[in-house]
Amino acid sequence: MTNHGAVLTALADPTRRAIFERLARSPSAVGELARELPVSRPAVSQHLKVLKSAGLVTDHADGTRHIYSVDSSGVGAIRDYFERFWQQSLARFQAVASQPTREDR
Amino acid sequence: MTTQVQETSVTTQTVVDAPADHAFRVFTEGIGSWWNPDHHILQAELAEMVFEPRVGGHIIDRGTDGSECRWARVLAYDPPHRVSFSWDISLQWQLETDPAKASEIEVTFTEEGPARTRVVLTHRHLDRHGEGWEAMRDAVGSGWTLDRFAEVAAQH
Repeated sequence: MTNHGAVLTALADPTRRAIFERLARSPSAVGELARELPVSRPAVSQHLKVLKSAGLVTDHADGTRHIYSVDSSGVGAIRDYFERFWQQSLARFQAVASQPTREDR
Repeated sequence: MTTQVQETSVTTQTVVDAPADHAFRVFTEGIGSWWNPDHHILQAELAEMVFEPRVGGHIIDRGTDGSECRWARVLAYDPPHRVSFSWDISLQWQLETDPAKASEIEVTFTEEGPARTRVVLTHRHLDRHGEGWEAMRDAVGSGWTLDRFAEVAAQH
């Protein structure tokens, strides 16, 4: 089960947010993250452990390396909300915008 | 109308039967004509919406009691092609004063014919709203999203 309290805690930390946002751009191994961010390798591993237990990132083995990526279901609730929100909003917009006023004709 | 979902953003698009400049104008200056009037964070009823047509401007909700809520900063304003603004509303439905915790919306208008414009809306950096996950889940409160949430949660 996703632990919602853990999600809050995980993303409240600026370093973990930086790691999470970095992983959102592209999946990476621990070493790559440690090179790009001002964080030691053991610290990156620790942060990844927290992000993983919160259900925000996931990992898979690639040979001897573990590649971490954003668990797309982790931000699922927020995305679901906004997906529906904008679908409904754009449907309203489309209905209004597709009725040009006389001066547009 | 289709929706595509990526890591931390949502993209929705639609096609309107109008030229791009008309679509752009309706989306921006005419926001009050299509925005769902229930979607606001004022205490009072929503009386009107104002879209200030310039970078650095705001989208402002005005209540029937005279109150005002500037819930978005206009980040890009390039009529009739593109507009971008921030979503300065936290998951607790409060005005978000920290820009680092605001997400962003970009809308592009591409004319595909004399009276046909494709409108693509992307809401990105949704993870910036990270704190407040539970409040969002509770606030959404509808069966659809909670069902989906349960489905997602069940995978872990």
